[in-house]
Amino acid sequence: MNYVTLDYVDLALAASLLLINGAVSIALSLGLARSLAISSVRMVVQLLLIGLILDFLLATVSPFWTGLAVLVMLGFAGYEAMARQDRRLKGFWAYGLGTGVMTLAALLVMSFALITQVAADPWYHPQYLLPLLGMVLGNCMTGVALAIRSITGALADGKQAVEAQLALGRTFRLSALPMVRSALRTALTPTINSMAATGLVYLPGMMTGQILAGIDPVEAVKYQLLVMFLIAGATAIGVTGAVFAISRRLSDHRHRLRLDRLTDATVN
Amino acid sequence: MLTVRSLVRLHLGPLDLEVAAGECTALRGRSGSGKSVFLRAIADLDPSEGTVALDGRDRNTMSAPDWRRQVGYLPAEPGWWSDRVTAHFAAWSACRPMAERLGLDPEVGDLSVSRLSSGERQRLGLVRLLENRPRCLLLDEPTASLDEAATAVVEQLVAEHCEAGGSCLFVTHDPAQFKRISRQGYRLEEGKLVQETAA
Repeated sequence: MNYVTLDYVDLALAASLLLINGAVSIALSLGLARSLAISSVRMVVQLLLIGLILDFLLATVSPFWTGLAVLVMLGFAGYEAMARQDRRLKGFWAYGLGTGVMTLAALLVMSFALITQVAADPWYHPQYLLPLLGMVLGNCMTGVALAIRSITGALADGKQAVEAQLALGRTFRLSALPMVRSALRTALTPTINSMAATGLVYLPGMMTGQILAGIDPVEAVKYQLLVMFLIAGATAIGVTGAVFAISRRLSDHRHRLRLDRLTDATVN
Repeated sequence: MLTVRSLVRLHLGPLDLEVAAGECTALRGRSGSGKSVFLRAIADLDPSEGTVALDGRDRNTMSAPDWRRQVGYLPAEPGWWSDRVTAHFAAWSACRPMAERLGLDPEVGDLSVSRLSSGERQRLGLVRLLENRPRCLLLDEPTASLDEAATAVVEQLVAEHCEAGGSCLFVTHDPAQFKRISRQGYRLEEGKLVQETAA
């Protein structure tokens, strides 16, 4: 492979572009300078750390260490999906539900990809498993977070509409169906839009990264297509699982709307 | 007959109540005393302890949708799941005469819900409930936003429902209405039911 290597001076020069963000924030009193500084430092530290960790994982090719990395990634994804929610499920379900559906989605999609398409040797080889899982999980997490926000918001805001139907003898499933549909649509749309815009509006990071590293563009495109299909599949599984699991958790065997199972719900 | 035994929900109870077939029982109490909580618990919209039965049949022996079709609850502010009025009725044409009897515009079915006044919504909510033909009505201040004429029609509809063998638990803040609609009723006070003679 033929590519231009970067040294730390190159990176420092590129980082100077952040001064533009800082200048805009200070000049217009946006109050973003501090969070910009923290985010920039976090990004540098996190990426350098992950670089070192990946270096170690690729050198060892150990099922234990790779599995541990997968668990840590799933744990963080579950935490991040729930951390920025206005309304959270109480107790174990707050983080358990998001982590659960993402684990299921990642397990199904990654097993399918690693066994049938990538066929790495060994199948858990971190060189393939971790980057692919990272991209799949990152997008799935965004979709699941959006799905959770949509369905909890729709059910909380639409309490009167749902209960009006329940009071007339409709089932919970039928009463909540418009909210379920709307949440699924909201959470799946970004993935569909992203597929439509890829190649025209933007060139995906992984593909451009491979091209920069000297890979044949056609091969890079093939990998990018694989990733996009995996993302679409995992997001569909994760989003659908999250919406149905939450609507099930927010009802009970007597077809009641159980907003008391949300942290900011009022019981009346 | 609606029978409530030892019902406990939040700060309420244990509460006991019987509403005989053909009878309307009035319920009053200060705002926040738990009247709506009580009605919601009977309708099984919120979890509660105790036994609630209709004609001796415990509600837990039937599905919740079946129970709610027989014991119909109308909240003080009815909810709407579509902006089209007619979308809330199985057969709007069959309901229109009752809507007109309640003083609603004959063309109200063509309006969107967001354009209706609170009084119109309240009356349409009652029509929607009665279309379902429940045997027992749980009405939470069904005339709070209505004028005297519409209030009289609502009371007449409830009386007709009871004459046909149905029953009704009617929440009201109006002492005169309390006396008009039932011979005896209850006051909800500090989580307990106190029987009152209306006449």
